[in-house]
Amino acid sequence: MTTPLTHYLVFSAILFSVGFAGAVLRRNAILALMGIELMLNAANLNFIAFWRYGANPEALTGVMFVIFSIAIAAAEAAVGLALVIAVYRHRRTARLEQLDFLKG
Amino acid sequence: MLSELTFYFFAALTLAAAVAAMSMRNLVRCALCAAAAFGGLAVIYVQLDAEFAGFVQFLVYVGAVAILIVFAVLLTRGEEIESGLAPVSSRWVGGFAAAAIVLAAIVGSVLSSPSLNHAAAPAASAPVKQIGRELMTGFVLPLETVGLLLTAALLGAVVIAMRDDAGAEPVIRIRTPLVKEEFDEALTK
Repeated sequence: MTTPLTHYLVFSAILFSVGFAGAVLRRNAILALMGIELMLNAANLNFIAFWRYGANPEALTGVMFVIFSIAIAAAEAAVGLALVIAVYRHRRTARLEQLDFLKG
Repeated sequence: MLSELTFYFFAALTLAAAVAAMSMRNLVRCALCAAAAFGGLAVIYVQLDAEFAGFVQFLVYVGAVAILIVFAVLLTRGEEIESGLAPVSSRWVGGFAAAAIVLAAIVGSVLSSPSLNHAAAPAASAPVKQIGRELMTGFVLPLETVGLLLTAALLGAVVIAMRDDAGAEPVIRIRTPLVKEEFDEALTK
């Protein structure tokens, strides 16, 4: 393990930015959800890297946090995609800029 | 040495797949590229000696979330080819500027932090037995909470995606002329 910790962190930051740009720029709701998933994954990689390079890797805290985080992300993806499908059934579109009928 | 090469190779692969997933026009290809990115991250978890987290990542993301995304893409058919934005629009510039600012802020703070320059512990491992013991002792309340959350999310997803016949028109109209003729025939007899 001679790869410095900063390489993992920089890689995770780039992955987060790619997900962020996708979530902000793409106009399809499914792609925005995929961008959010990429951001969550980048955060999980940080947890694992800090656990591996931390002072006390026996405590397993980072791994535990990632397991719970993956479970919550899976629940979020299921509910989010169900919402996209429900909105598509009513409005016949999954494009975010056309889903503006709640703007009051 | 091999471990380093594994990291750099799969990091490049994951980044390429993520960029492709966020920039392609065809939504099915986007979903498959996202699955490749999730799989590359799973390999990096294993390379970081967190085998269990890597396998969980592979099972949940490549196995379940990617399939779920493909299903959602196929169920919202007709939207799969997205017309791109105008090359230089204010929204495009704003989105890229925000992403670049986020990237610069994180990378700048990581590179300027002096406390991150220490080497890893020579060996670390997260054996499944120990993870299971931790889940049943110290993390038993979070485990139960996550179980409750997953149940609620499962029920919620089913209820949200279920067809409500009162409000919306059905997605698929089933025409059964033969059955109706037979029914009329039976009525006239």
